Amino acid sequence: MALDGSLERLRREGHIVVVGASLAGLRAAETLREEGFTGTLTLIGDEPYEPYDRPPLSKQVLLGRVPVDHTALPRRLAIDARWRLGVAATGLDMAAKRVALADGTSVEYDRLLIATGVRSRPWPNELEAGLDGVFTLRTRDDAARLVHRLRAGPRRVLVIGAGFTGSEIASVCRERELPVTVAERGPAPLVGALGGVIGEVAAELQHEHGVDLRCGVMVTGLEGDGAGRLRRAHFSDGDALEAEVAVVALGATRNTEWLAGSGLAAGPRGIACDAGCRAFDIRGIVADDVFVAGDVARSPHPLFGYQFLSLEHWGNAVAQAEVAAHNMISPGERRRPHLWTPYFWSAQFGVNIKSVGVPNMADQVIVSQGSLGEHRFTAAYGYQGRVIAAVTFDQAKWLEFYQRQIEQAAPFPPPFTAVDRRPEGMRPVPAGFPDPSVPTHGPEVTVSGHSPTDQRVTFTPA
Amino acid sequence: MTSVSLLGQILDHANRADPYPLYAELRRTPVVRDEFGPYLVSTYWEIHSLLHDPRVSSDVRHLAPEARTTVSTDDPDLPPSFIRLDPPDHDRLRRLIMRTYGPPHTPRRVYDLRGEISSIVSDLIDRFQGRDRIDLVEDFSYPFPVTVICRLLGVPHEDEQRFHGWADTVATAIEPPVGTPEERQAHREAVREARHQLAAYLSGLIDQRRRAPRDDMISGLATDRGADESPMSLPEMLSNLTLLLIAGHETTVNIISNGMLTLLRHLDALERLRADPDLIFPLVEELLRFEPPVQLLPERTTLDDIEIAGTTIPKGASLWLVPASGNRDPQRFPEPDRFRPDRPDNQHFGFGSGIHNCIGAPLARLEAQAALTELVRRLDNPRLVEDPPPYRRNAVLRGPRHLAIAYDGLKR
Ligand SMILES: Cc1cc2nc3c(=O)[nH]c(=O)nc-3n(C[C@H](O)[C@H](O)[C@H](O)COP(=O)(O)OP(=O)(O)OC[C@H]3O[C@@H](n4cnc5c(N)ncnc54)[C@H](O)[C@@H]3O)c2cc1C
Ligand code: HEM
Repeated sequence: MALDGSLERLRREGHIVVVGASLAGLRAAETLREEGFTGTLTLIGDEPYEPYDRPPLSKQVLLGRVPVDHTALPRRLAIDARWRLGVAATGLDMAAKRVALADGTSVEYDRLLIATGVRSRPWPNELEAGLDGVFTLRTRDDAARLVHRLRAGPRRVLVIGAGFTGSEIASVCRERELPVTVAERGPAPLVGALGGVIGEVAAELQHEHGVDLRCGVMVTGLEGDGAGRLRRAHFSDGDALEAEVAVVALGATRNTEWLAGSGLAAGPRGIACDAGCRAFDIRGIVADDVFVAGDVARSPHPLFGYQFLSLEHWGNAVAQAEVAAHNMISPGERRRPHLWTPYFWSAQFGVNIKSVGVPNMADQVIVSQGSLGEHRFTAAYGYQGRVIAAVTFDQAKWLEFYQRQIEQAAPFPPPFTAVDRRPEGMRPVPAGFPDPSVPTHGPEVTVSGHSPTDQRVTFTPA
Repeated sequence: MTSVSLLGQILDHANRADPYPLYAELRRTPVVRDEFGPYLVSTYWEIHSLLHDPRVSSDVRHLAPEARTTVSTDDPDLPPSFIRLDPPDHDRLRRLIMRTYGPPHTPRRVYDLRGEISSIVSDLIDRFQGRDRIDLVEDFSYPFPVTVICRLLGVPHEDEQRFHGWADTVATAIEPPVGTPEERQAHREAVREARHQLAAYLSGLIDQRRRAPRDDMISGLATDRGADESPMSLPEMLSNLTLLLIAGHETTVNIISNGMLTLLRHLDALERLRADPDLIFPLVEELLRFEPPVQLLPERTTLDDIEIAGTTIPKGASLWLVPASGNRDPQRFPEPDRFRPDRPDNQHFGFGSGIHNCIGAPLARLEAQAALTELVRRLDNPRLVEDPPPYRRNAVLRGPRHLAIAYDGLKR
């Protein structure tokens, strides 16, 4: 291996700093060690906990099946790191290669990985957001508080926003036999991520499980009692609802504020990076020593016309972290592109939902196997005559096949005969995605054009 | 491609003891049409992709009669079992079985059999007392899985002997037919008779359990009213309970026989296992890769043209996948012909893959782990008497007919 001297030195005794000590941060740190990095490794995280797993928070943890402190991420190997937990990074000086911390100290780096993820978008009215009984769900602490409150048996839970997280929370409430109302501004649950056709199935699931689902309405206000406890919610259709608990599930905001003024192409849509995970600066030039991975990243994807994609997907965080770590300590010719095909799962109302590709880029959808009515099916999504995504409800074993169809740019609608192809699966229909400029609850995949420095984002709350 | 049909050679009993060189030859053309008619697929990634391809059907009724090569093991008087069906029928029946067999509805079914399995193993080994040589197949591998299946289904102890008799006969239906036409006819009659008796017996048991359910699978099936779909009819139950019996029988026999044979050929691995019983977990996986009981998955059908590895398999073709060859594919497994009991990243095809993947895998793993660990622990200085041992005729479910093992004594 012909490494030049400086890279060799970096691998042996350099200092790599990772900001964001969660899924992407930990997997990157492990990959660095696996690939022979023996220098100093510092992990900075503003949460006080060692890295833990978030998907269970809205599932097993909320159900009370798994205690919140049993969610630590399994370790692949010892990483021998300096941990700076409970302290946020507050600034970045790229020229001095230095990260400033909230406790007034700073850390210098040779290479930096930014994996600060996203946070829940809060209820926009701060006073109302502060009412006792109003929650969001992103962290361990959020989950601990919410599960405690659900255990107490509130008379009604209101979930604001029917994306994946909101729908999973509603599902848990029903499993706990709690009355729950879901308010979604779009025409159906999951509509931003999966479109109207599949959203309709999600709505049926909610109805069948006894959710009071209200689509096409917005929550306009939350009202407290004299003691500052949530009492009532008001809707845009004039209705009001008594509720003791409200969970705000309106999607996420990228944790990029700490990079303001740093010169990086960081904004509300995330931090733009190239396919090799190197961050772009605001001039559109890639930095050599600053890398990005996980939910906070936006990166161009060759399967989707090299548009920048932001993915809030567990699998993406792992795959991108591994590529970023590899590239941080590899010479140019051995760097790898992050070509991961987007993949996501969710568990709600007894159904295992999986998605591959980018459904919300699609113009058409076809039920290629199974049946919407039975709530067990595979739907293929098409864009300009090729397959770009697939979603399964309780049919996950077919997903790999469709992933290959996506990767091979196979024609849409799928021309082939397959097992379990029903009459309803013979003709594609419009996929029914809402106008992207009117976000529903913040879809988990955002396609945001070709410009690395695009900072525009519009969001109107609930 | 080749002048002598490779499939013919694979099916030839003379090659049963070591089919692996034939598979290696086969892999030189990942997808090939054999002179016998079917398309053979022998490389890992191609098999993997076809096992996950919705254009591939397991329903032989999609195959033109002249393209059929095997005798069906299904009872013509009963509906097909789900291993031979496609979605949605396959999925419905498999779901209904799972409701009484595994998570999320019945997560403890297999786990709770642990104690029983280990006492069945001990009892069988105790019977070796006072001897210095056994036929592992007759004395252990054969009686073991049927006893376990009886406990799983809920067949009462006093009926077990009768059940064993039918199970053994029904399982021979899988063997390719041999002998004179009269002998074949007699064999078919015997299988039919055993099936009918088994079906009559199971009907009686289902009826009993419906009235007085216990904690077993038959009670579960008999009393299940389905969640959002129709529960199994009686003929469906009979067909699919018989499937569990057949699919879980010869396969488990062979993993144990193949397992001991392999360990006695690799004494270093046997010693390591003695010293470190936890090695059994990866070791059983490696066995499923290295000497898989299910060598071939014959008679899948293409519902459409499928382009793969530079070949187009036409619609309506008969497809034979060769998982035992995929398991030895150097493109997937480094040093594929080496038995490495602690092999990492071992995603073998021992239990198939895709929607038909083995429903019995958790149970079969437990059985193989328990049996091999105890055999290795208790047999003092075990040795092969004959290598290679005589093999069964069956090329699909491959394993020794007898496996003579000599030993110096039996530990407690
Ligand atoms: C409730 C819930 C359920 C989910 N379910 C699924 C699912 O079913 N399937 C799926 O694919 N994905 C799911 N996800 C998404 C998945 O968890 C994320 O994709 C994954 O956590 C992303 O990892 P990350 O490391 O990029 O970001 P994060 O996990 O968000 O970690 C970022 C870390 O950086 C910290 N940080 C932020 N700013 C700073 C700073 N300035 N200084 C120091 N530290 C900072 C944050 O506090 C956080 O600890 C779910 C997420 C949630 C919240
Ligand atoms: C070591 C032992 C075993 C091996 C190697 C084995 C192997 C396999 C394989 C390769 C398949 C896939 C068949 C296909 O794709 O067509 C399969 C399916 C099946 N096996 Fe097993 N098996 C074993 C034990 C068992 C046991 C103990 C049971 C029952 C309790 C069982 C029940 C089944 C059933 C019902 C199917 C059909 C599944 C379906 O079609 O969905 N097997 N097995």
